[in-house]
Amino acid sequence: MNYRQWIKAFRKTKYLQLLVIPGLIYYIIFHYIPMYGIVISFKDYNMRLGIMGSPWVGLENFYKFFAHPQFFRLIRNTLIINLYQIVFVFPAPIVLALFLNEVRNKYYKKVVQTISYLPNFISMVAVAGMLFVFLSPQGGIINNILSLFGIEPIYFLGETKWFRTVYIASDIWKGTGFGAIIYLAALSNVNIEMYEAATIDGASRVQKIFLISLPSILPTIIILLIFNIGGMMSLGTEKALLLQNPATYETSDIISTFVYRRGLLLAEYSFGAAVGVFNSIINVVLIAVTNYAAKKMTEISLW
Amino acid sequence: MAAKDNSCSSIILDAIIHSSLVFLLIVTLFPVLHIASVSLSSSSAFAKGIVGFYPREFTFAAYKMIWEAGKVSNGLLNSILYTAAGTFVNLVMTATMAYPLSKKALPLRGFYTMVVLITMFFSGGMIPNFLLVRSLGFYNTLWAMILPGAISTWNLIIMRTFFQSIPNELEESAFIDGANDIQVLVRIILPLSKAATATLGLFYAVGHWNSWFPALMYLKDNDKYPLQLILRSIVIQGQVAQELAQQGDLSALEAMGIGATTAESIKYATLFVSMLPMLLIYPFIQKYFVKGVMIGSLKG
Repeated sequence: MNYRQWIKAFRKTKYLQLLVIPGLIYYIIFHYIPMYGIVISFKDYNMRLGIMGSPWVGLENFYKFFAHPQFFRLIRNTLIINLYQIVFVFPAPIVLALFLNEVRNKYYKKVVQTISYLPNFISMVAVAGMLFVFLSPQGGIINNILSLFGIEPIYFLGETKWFRTVYIASDIWKGTGFGAIIYLAALSNVNIEMYEAATIDGASRVQKIFLISLPSILPTIIILLIFNIGGMMSLGTEKALLLQNPATYETSDIISTFVYRRGLLLAEYSFGAAVGVFNSIINVVLIAVTNYAAKKMTEISLW
Repeated sequence: MAAKDNSCSSIILDAIIHSSLVFLLIVTLFPVLHIASVSLSSSSAFAKGIVGFYPREFTFAAYKMIWEAGKVSNGLLNSILYTAAGTFVNLVMTATMAYPLSKKALPLRGFYTMVVLITMFFSGGMIPNFLLVRSLGFYNTLWAMILPGAISTWNLIIMRTFFQSIPNELEESAFIDGANDIQVLVRIILPLSKAATATLGLFYAVGHWNSWFPALMYLKDNDKYPLQLILRSIVIQGQVAQELAQQGDLSALEAMGIGATTAESIKYATLFVSMLPMLLIYPFIQKYFVKGVMIGSLKG
């Protein structure tokens, strides 16, 4: 297409171009300006001087974070919670989908599925609120049940050693049912003849699950795994923020909650932004490494 | 699935599957039932630890107290306002941008799409976003609840995909009659897309209703807080419940004697109030969300 034709095509679609404008302005203001705002992590941001006028400080904010006494604790907590998430939370929907796929009664299956979606519609605050009241040492149902077995009340949300368990268990509760949808969709595309052929060859149902069902959803599993690992440093801020308190910082303080506390509550904008950038860099590295590993081992990858 | 299989391994497999599914149902439903039961039980029944999955010593006392204190109902009104206004802006912005992007012949289409897709992988992060909202003068206003999330890129792509599936012939006859693209969008495309628009409206509305973090970052005054933040201050921070229990129409003696357990009942009642709207509508809307996951998985 030459210049003249292009102008003509542009004129022909002038109303469509007009329709793009509000959205384009939205993306520039609310996505690209904040991306530009990242420069404050290399500056000593001062509200009166603005982003442009504040003095450059190079990597000082980053050095400050690396030298911070809680640096290793933050990295450790962030990585451990996410590792647990990959090990315990990620497989739960896969297991549920494989189980539901074995259920023959359609109505039963439908009822189980619909009920399993329920936690997905309950807000994070309500989930955290339920954890607080159920785990409360004063009349919470979990401690009531434990006391039947003669166990002293445990202050789950006030003790460092329980934070990760509570966090992971509630993640499984909230996401398993809805997360299974995508795997069930993949399972419904498996050719029934494969199962029939396997039956003729004398395969048991357990063998069919491991040799037909699981391999056929493997591509979906790997793609979602890459997404999960890629997004893992940024997810979970809201829940960690809701569940943590200073008594449990030893295990509950993660990079993103640290950004919130130092950057927003204490108004150390430049420092907070620098920690945020550090977090994003780890993210990009993780997604690239996982993608590379997946490509090498299974030939499935995002790019 | 397969033909009837009565082997031993098959029976064990079924036993494992069905007991797991029953366990899943109990674990999913019990917490909600328990919340409802405690909120409808007397605080003395709760203190005795006898409330399970149905109310004991039935009473609306906790609801009466949160209603009279007004905090929860104010939060409820704010949430309704943010959800309604936010969803409206979301739909207008998403539809106006999705329509041109669905036209293959649009010059610069590739550029626009790239501008949109890049934001799925890169963002400025919490601090630059906060500074932006503040410098725009949106801090502690309704706009901070609506504009920063005006378009969800994911939903934009779903809508674009839907518009692409509408046959061109329908629009062409309108163009022959002299209509322009904007008129075609409003008079022909949108009426044809009622189902898709409603689905995306639900996605956005549920998101607004359940959201709390933007409100925490961008709102200062307690009387502007949405329900989720009120819920957080009552149930998680716990101070407000104590206040309410003391404010409520209890005599001073009672407040001292059972103040703590009354505060607990208030927490359960607030939790149930905040969950109820979703509990009531989710069975009817869940199928649209399932569809949304499917479209997303095809594109993704």
